Amino acid sequence: MKIIFEKSVKGRRAARFNSDVPISPKLPDNLKKEKQAELPELAEIDIIRHFTNLSRNNFGVDNNFYPLGSCTMKYNPKLGEIIARDERFSGLHPILPQLPEGNLLTQGALEVIYETGRLLSEITGMDEFTTQPLAGAHGELTGMMIVSAYHKKKRNKKTRVIIPDSAHGTNPASSAICGYEVTTIPTNKNGVMDIKKFKKELNNEIAAVMLTCPNTLGLFNSDIGKICKMAHSMDALMYYDGANLNAILGKCRPGDIGFDIVHLNLHKTFATPHGGGGPGAGPVGVKESLRKFLPISQVVKGSDGKYFLNYNQQDSIGYLAPFYGNFAVILKAYIYLLTLGKEGLIKVAENAVLNANYLLAQLKKHYHLPYDRTCMHEFVISAKRQKEKGVRTLDVAKRLLDFGFHPPTIYFPLIVEEAMMIEPTETESKETLDNFAEAMIKIAREVEENPKVVKTAPHNLLISRLDEVKAARELNLRW
Amino acid sequence: MDYIPNTDEDRAKMLSSLGLSSIEELFRDIPGELKPKSFSLPSGKSELEVLQYLQKLAEKNNNKPLSFLGAGFYDHFIPPAVEAITSRSEFYTSYTPYQPEISQGMLQALYEYQTAISDLTGMEVANASLYDGGTALYEAAMMALRITKRKKVIVGEGVNPIYRRMLSSYTKNLNLGLREISTSKGLVDREKIKSGLDEDTACLILQNPNFFGCLDDFSDLVEFAHNKGVLVIISVYPISLGIIKSPGEMGADIVVGEGQSLGLPLSFGGPYLGLMATLKKYVRQMPGRIVGETTDKENKRGFVLTLQTREQHIRREKATSNICSNETLCALSALVYLSLLGKEGIKELANLCRDKTYYLLKSLSKIGMKTKFSAPVFNEFVIELPLNADTIIKKLLKKGIVAGFPLGRYYPEMKNCLLVALTEKQSKEDIDLFVKTLKEIK
Repeated sequence: MKIIFEKSVKGRRAARFNSDVPISPKLPDNLKKEKQAELPELAEIDIIRHFTNLSRNNFGVDNNFYPLGSCTMKYNPKLGEIIARDERFSGLHPILPQLPEGNLLTQGALEVIYETGRLLSEITGMDEFTTQPLAGAHGELTGMMIVSAYHKKKRNKKTRVIIPDSAHGTNPASSAICGYEVTTIPTNKNGVMDIKKFKKELNNEIAAVMLTCPNTLGLFNSDIGKICKMAHSMDALMYYDGANLNAILGKCRPGDIGFDIVHLNLHKTFATPHGGGGPGAGPVGVKESLRKFLPISQVVKGSDGKYFLNYNQQDSIGYLAPFYGNFAVILKAYIYLLTLGKEGLIKVAENAVLNANYLLAQLKKHYHLPYDRTCMHEFVISAKRQKEKGVRTLDVAKRLLDFGFHPPTIYFPLIVEEAMMIEPTETESKETLDNFAEAMIKIAREVEENPKVVKTAPHNLLISRLDEVKAARELNLRW
Repeated sequence: MDYIPNTDEDRAKMLSSLGLSSIEELFRDIPGELKPKSFSLPSGKSELEVLQYLQKLAEKNNNKPLSFLGAGFYDHFIPPAVEAITSRSEFYTSYTPYQPEISQGMLQALYEYQTAISDLTGMEVANASLYDGGTALYEAAMMALRITKRKKVIVGEGVNPIYRRMLSSYTKNLNLGLREISTSKGLVDREKIKSGLDEDTACLILQNPNFFGCLDDFSDLVEFAHNKGVLVIISVYPISLGIIKSPGEMGADIVVGEGQSLGLPLSFGGPYLGLMATLKKYVRQMPGRIVGETTDKENKRGFVLTLQTREQHIRREKATSNICSNETLCALSALVYLSLLGKEGIKELANLCRDKTYYLLKSLSKIGMKTKFSAPVFNEFVIELPLNADTIIKKLLKKGIVAGFPLGRYYPEMKNCLLVALTEKQSKEDIDLFVKTLKEIK
């Protein structure tokens, strides 16, 4: 398809503005733009057709099954979309509540933030949340800054963070930004962090232990309570990466287990759309002892029942976002929480875990399963067997496109050779899972009988396999 | 209610195929002592009940005052065509385009977005978005540290104070020499800046128009900085680039900015859009997702995420940034918005914002109100009041007008100063009413 700039026709216009005021004095020459930006010149219909046709070349959860592991691609309810567009929310200037008596103009929005924080606290067993972090990785950074502030306050000399080798790449990256060195602990034969090796590395230098539980293999570490106690004995804080919270809603709470800090991904567990890569939201919850380190400002409820912003936080790590977080995302998550309620959330975890185990059982005869255990909300299989026939995980993924499915997360976690990480979520029906399993099994059969058809996939799309090496070598980043 | 399709019968079939009798058996790995101590949440509701409840909450917001509040975040008209496109669920229910063959729509849009942003800022390349203008500014500073391998950062006080606070929070533990340099008559103090730049300085961070709305041409400072091996980062208000000299034209190395004004609602603080553009030679040090053109096996043009070896999912603790989710859908809004404006429209809009601003400026001077600075402005300027700005704001709020931003909040010596912003949305009548009300109160 042509690039929008290639469709440009000189003199064609869409948006127009009329003026009701006199023309302003001339701009001094040195302040003037010399070269006008070459934005496209098109009529509104040209633009609408261009982007409508682009959207038809894009695949979302609303198109079909999207089992991208660790991303929790569940259905995004439309109620939140409608309400977030209400001008009484979307039109609010974020500085309004910072003006003298301005909080009275935004009581509804402040209440949404306050109540969302309270609900998230109850769900995770934490004492207080900040909604400021703008994505999951931003939440991790916030959490690690809190770790750093905690140890600084106690004059602890801590230099390292423990992270298992199955962790999301954001965990070590976020720790490194806060100046910590990363100690990586291998996974044992049961698919969880090796506790003996953990014990060996645990010492006074450890500032925190960052864990995802269940981990990226979809496995719950039954020793997790013990790990928390061991870490606490060295005054290391326990950090919970909430990417996989969907599996345990109402079944256990990070706060009860012994975690001190958690971040959640509202765009995963709480069903706000992923937006093609964002916006997300990564609120962070802490235990009472860390409350004072939360970012500025926090929404507080006064004794008169009015909400206002508290800026009086001496020990705070400071300002991480310009305002109170991605408000529209928080609002959608709040709507989701209210709609599902207690029973609904428990049902989410139960159905997500049932769906994953049901699918796993169908696939494990046809693909290598490195850790054969009951999984939680996701599981990892491998195309190791297929590799012997010259077919790689990437090929299986591309062949799935021909069957109309989004492939799983591939080549992650890094510890599993030819990994495929599959997370069906609770919003998929038995038929969808059956259809996906059927496609996967058919591909496994093709690998045996006609591997070429898999290796050269996709065949049924507008475009065939793209050359990623060429893209990186001959950088072309703009028209 | 919930959004789970499976029925009890489905679940029974699935469990029996697993040889299980209850779902609980799947949770056996969670030890009994770790069961929740509490899970006290309200019961679920119907969509209608939730809608009605949220409408009540919405009513508690009074968002339709006549407002002159900006301070870096502006209320522009958003053509309905923007939402018509961003509400297509093929776009908004997708995720990061890891599988390019079924994500060409979003990938091409991001390539077009990168083109529009680099062209608008006068730079060579742009990334596919960061969280917001403030985190983009911090990421740009980190990028400059990596490129120059130096440790000092100099920031002009004309840079949005919210962003300066964010920068200082983020860099608190990094032992940087972060230094802020005061302004003079509303503009950068050139002599102070020049004396502050040395061989250890990684970057100089400036903003145009600055927080007071004043316009400047930083070309001379850029030249001076480059002679010392210092990179220059300029934060911009993208709408102004319809008519104002671009950072690229001034010679900037990295451009950042808040993209909210490009078709995104104010939305009580987010989601917003972090703009970032730079020179080709620095692209490998740029954080965030980047889309590049390539070809498929039949030599057909297509687009993919590229330079991924900079990123956390591959480099882990050695990545250029920890960013994973970004603001793709907001970038799409910005692209559709810029396409609707087009080459002429953005000029027309920028001129209109400036015309409204000078109309207010002149109307105020007619009633004897003073502006604090005399430098040329774009869509925002500082009024010096005879009394505390907070008092004026409170009085005008009672009359349904948000007068602006009280500068004393960040600049203690400016307690009587009010920052007022205009966009195409305030009509001549609105402006006249504002002036009349101010006159009555003063």
